[in-house]
Amino acid sequence: MTDQPVWQPSASREHLKSRAQQLAWVRGFFAERGVLEVETPVLGRHGVTDINLDGIAAAVNAAGVSGGWLQTSPEYHMKRLLAAGSGCIYQIARVFRNGERGSRHNPEFSLLEWYRVGLDDTAMMAEVADLVCGWLGCDRPDVLTYREAQQTLAGIDPMAITDHDLYQYCQQWLEPEQLAGMGRDDCLDLVMSFKVEPLLGRGRPVFITRYPASQAALARVVSDDDGYPVAHRFELYIDGLELCNGYWELTDPVEQRARFEQDNRRRKAAGKPEMAVDQSFLAALDAGLPECSGVALGLDRLLMLKTGAERIEDVLAFPVERA
Amino acid sequence: MASYSTNEFRSGLKVLLDGDPCIMLENEFVKPGKGQAFNRVKLRNLMTNRVWERTFKSGESLEAADVMDQDMEYLYTDGEFWHFMLTDGSFEQYAADAKAVGDTVKWLKEQDVYTVTLYNGAPLTVTPPNFVELEVVDTDPGMKGDTAQGGSKPATLSTGAVVNVPLFITIGEVLKVDTRSGEYVNRVKSS
Repeated sequence: MTDQPVWQPSASREHLKSRAQQLAWVRGFFAERGVLEVETPVLGRHGVTDINLDGIAAAVNAAGVSGGWLQTSPEYHMKRLLAAGSGCIYQIARVFRNGERGSRHNPEFSLLEWYRVGLDDTAMMAEVADLVCGWLGCDRPDVLTYREAQQTLAGIDPMAITDHDLYQYCQQWLEPEQLAGMGRDDCLDLVMSFKVEPLLGRGRPVFITRYPASQAALARVVSDDDGYPVAHRFELYIDGLELCNGYWELTDPVEQRARFEQDNRRRKAAGKPEMAVDQSFLAALDAGLPECSGVALGLDRLLMLKTGAERIEDVLAFPVERA
Repeated sequence: MASYSTNEFRSGLKVLLDGDPCIMLENEFVKPGKGQAFNRVKLRNLMTNRVWERTFKSGESLEAADVMDQDMEYLYTDGEFWHFMLTDGSFEQYAADAKAVGDTVKWLKEQDVYTVTLYNGAPLTVTPPNFVELEVVDTDPGMKGDTAQGGSKPATLSTGAVVNVPLFITIGEVLKVDTRSGEYVNRVKSS
């Protein structure tokens, strides 16, 4: 066998046509609702501190700016627009995450991100359902808390289980020495990925809500009925596929600063490079981010669901190996 | 020795796992948007042929196994070892034991070319080509004219392999056989 260069696209023409229709449909959806389409930089001066997101470094050299990062999400730039009084906005963005390649991942992908001023997460979930179910023609989603999902599908209580029992449980996938360096959230991710997620949204889409506060990222945190701190964060799953991630956004700059610093401490402990914090973003929070909810939705995955494609390359003209 | 990190995992990679050489069959990347990434990997242990399923955290690595596939011509057997020679003109010879030769022994014909998998420089397995051409040394007398009907009979080939053949096949004919299924394909015109 020889390594001939592959020049052909990996997606069929039919799927590429479906992609174009999806873009038109999304733009129509937001135009009708008076949400403004925006474009923000794909190439930014800062990356993200999030321990599980690896950016791709760039080598900009212009106007005194050097270095830079391909953006993992348009979030910070869009929140700066919101702080500047943009009102409700959406963006169809290309985003980049290093190391991510599999049947559902490509290091470059299309993200639909939107922010609705004045909406809480419950109202935002209704809008997500309108958009997704309108396009796919599927049933409206059920709602399940993160805790309920793990209790019913994995048989563990993610809030109450002891670290010891959680490590024991995870030994069905990993050796004790592999588990040694893992935190509680990493273990819960393992349970989510291998036990819970494959069963989510079968037959009917499902929103997972109330993530543990430790997985809040940029969402605000409250206490649930049993006093456990939970995040106003939700995700939508259809046919075992994680489709979007939404927050009732954190607007408190002090709390945001603290989370960035905590991220970097975790990065340091894990032997990952610490990331410079985006001070422009924090300055925008200082100036005042309006009360809002935001969602990031994977458009390539949405197209996989629409077309029935099993692998992401079936809906991409050129996945990274062919790019 | 080189090693491969999870970012380099792909099917076909040869790695050491629990001290045994393995070939990666499947690599599934799993990651929640905001969470820890894992690779779920299926590997075949080249020593035992058993398939293992293992999970790795993103960033973990596996040592590369010194495993190489080489084209070699089969020379002869001394009863204990089967001797092969590289086809690259180096005339370098390798001796494979019964474990390495395994079931392939029934397809070994002198001067034919086989894939010999070397592990740390020694033959680990011997794989026959998908099709081999072998002479029939024993079978019941052919039934003239019966070329279209089903019905088959066993025939013993020069290597000792026994395959089911159509009734019209006679001793001395050369047959093309699929080594993967052990099935008769067709007669080969004698030159």
